[in-house]
Amino acid sequence: MAVEYQNIFTQVQVQGNPEWGMDDSGDMTRERVGKPWFSTLAGWLGNAQIGPIYLGWTGMVSLATGLIWFVMVGISMLSQVGYSIPEFIRQLFWLALEPPSPEYGLSMPPLDEGGWYIIASFFLLVSVMTWLLRSYLLAAEHKMGKHVFWAFASAVWLFLVLGLFRPVLMGSWSEAVPYGIFPHLDWTTAFSIRYGNLYYNPFHCLSIVFLYGSVLLFCMHGGTILAVTRYGGDRELEQIYDRGTATERAALFWRWTMGFNATMEGIHRWAWWFAVLTPITGGIGILLTGTVVDNWFIWAQEHNFAPMYDGAYGYEDYGSYEAFIGQED
Amino acid sequence: MLPKWFNDWNRANPTNVFGPAIAIGIVGSAVFVAALVVTWGNPVQTESMQTGPRGTGMSVPEYNVSRLAPDPDIENYYTEEPYIPEGGEELAGDIYENVQVLGDLTDDNFNRVMLAITQWVSPEEGCAYCHGDVDISEYGSDDLYTKVISRRMIQMTQNLNENWSGHVNAIEEVGVNCYTCHRGQNVPSDIWFNVTPVNENVGGWAAQQNRATSMSSSTSLPSSALEVYLTDYDSQVNVHDLESRVAGVPGLDDEVHTIQKTEMTYSLMNYFSNSLGVNCVFCHNSRAFYDPAQYTPQWGIAQLGRQMVIEMNQEYLIPLKDTYPPERLGPIFADAPKAACRTCHKGYQRPLQGMNVIADWPELATTEAPVYE
Repeated sequence: MAVEYQNIFTQVQVQGNPEWGMDDSGDMTRERVGKPWFSTLAGWLGNAQIGPIYLGWTGMVSLATGLIWFVMVGISMLSQVGYSIPEFIRQLFWLALEPPSPEYGLSMPPLDEGGWYIIASFFLLVSVMTWLLRSYLLAAEHKMGKHVFWAFASAVWLFLVLGLFRPVLMGSWSEAVPYGIFPHLDWTTAFSIRYGNLYYNPFHCLSIVFLYGSVLLFCMHGGTILAVTRYGGDRELEQIYDRGTATERAALFWRWTMGFNATMEGIHRWAWWFAVLTPITGGIGILLTGTVVDNWFIWAQEHNFAPMYDGAYGYEDYGSYEAFIGQED
Repeated sequence: MLPKWFNDWNRANPTNVFGPAIAIGIVGSAVFVAALVVTWGNPVQTESMQTGPRGTGMSVPEYNVSRLAPDPDIENYYTEEPYIPEGGEELAGDIYENVQVLGDLTDDNFNRVMLAITQWVSPEEGCAYCHGDVDISEYGSDDLYTKVISRRMIQMTQNLNENWSGHVNAIEEVGVNCYTCHRGQNVPSDIWFNVTPVNENVGGWAAQQNRATSMSSSTSLPSSALEVYLTDYDSQVNVHDLESRVAGVPGLDDEVHTIQKTEMTYSLMNYFSNSLGVNCVFCHNSRAFYDPAQYTPQWGIAQLGRQMVIEMNQEYLIPLKDTYPPERLGPIFADAPKAACRTCHKGYQRPLQGMNVIADWPELATTEAPVYE
């Protein structure tokens, strides 16, 4: 009887001697740390082998500054509840390290009115930028293209717009996003309401298109490849330069379904550009809000794409309150 | 445990029963639940009330269980028709000592109102709650704080019915009396006190928000919304720019509103919604919250309600601070108890679901001598 591996994502889990990777230049192992080990749990999701990890100076700086930011936010939250651990746990999702109050503009506020936020944000900035640099340096060391670096850079663009570029253009650090679970969601809603409904911001529209498009493409591509794995379709690289029956079937399936098919190579460009354009267009939309446009609904009316509706407002026009609660005489 | 022949057979015929068992279990459960819903009815059925043009998503949904049930407080409501004076009767102000309000009433009507107030506010303690456990000839005394407060509350009720008819009789005659808030309790439910700052070791906006409190309806929005927007005549709730571009720096230029102020407005609007059991589109078309052309008529009623509450708090409730004993004051700042939407509405679109509570009580409808019809 054939052995069948039952797991979540990965069909076959391999655990043996750890794989160390290539070292053709002779010095690539110098900053690799950690003794490799195997995790069955990780193996369900991907490769069972954990480590070794390449830290390098960028990794060290990024982790250290990121940890400083994280601890500063946590200590600030803890101090706001009077250093009470039970209250800290109870209110954890409500608490936040808030940006400076509006009256301070771009000046350095007192520590308890946003000064800590500015200091913490500086460490977060260093952390994110060194991690971005790390994705470039590691790609260069492996003589890879820099696609991951540019993709991450597009997310960093949105991060910088929210926390640095837009507050500077607005002239106030108070425009930045609070570091807290619910508070940052409050900020998001208030941002849309304050500027007259962000759904009428065309760049917000584009960002949504690319976000949902990314999800759709991811699902279509994953489904297609899994469906032709039985013909070797999961060996995508081989299929790119030596098209086999897997590619032929996958292409035919989509061409017969919707009249058009991506290619084995091109589908990855589709996916990459959709993903990358999501934060790029979103960042443009945020950057224009409050700096160029202050009420997107009125802007949409001026540009003739917010339609007016005929018809009355108010429930008297559609029935009575007594009828609604079933107490009409 | 099992017979040998079964174990042998089982070993010779290995079968994975878990897959089919799980599948049958899931499908079977789904069929069972579907059958229950079809035969017994959906337990969480809702009904929606349309509030705007078709296709705009403007509707207020409510669960049928709560929509069709009458407010339980309606059943306990006490009322009595007035005795129409024939003229020439002696008035309460002349009969009794120290009658500063309701002095224009005949003896019958005066006692009728007193009895009703007892039923509405202190059904268990009776007259003694305000007048003390003394002989009826001593009832003119102002020794107890409860009596002093009651007098002011009667004036407040008269003011609401007389000068804020646009809110309390907005759609038809409903009015307010003591029962609208008190519901048989000495202290009405859903009153409020100041709570901000809510966070320690921080100043500015960070101290006003990010804490689950009763004043933020357990959100992380500012807890100060009622303190600012429902006690200050000059407070402005609106945050929008009315042109597509308005230059200025938020926080430094007064006319440019901040995201923080927007969150405070949101907090107030969330309180409004919870107090009335409605959503945003009861008053607004949510695609353009600020646009007067897309308000429902309820927006105007609510707007008037906010002004009314500010006056109630400023003219009547806050000045009574020194009259109360300490246990009636706020737990943090010892401030006077204050009112807001929920104090009357209690989660309903109209308090007591729109029951007319003023028709029988012309004495409470005006600050002048009552007019009986």
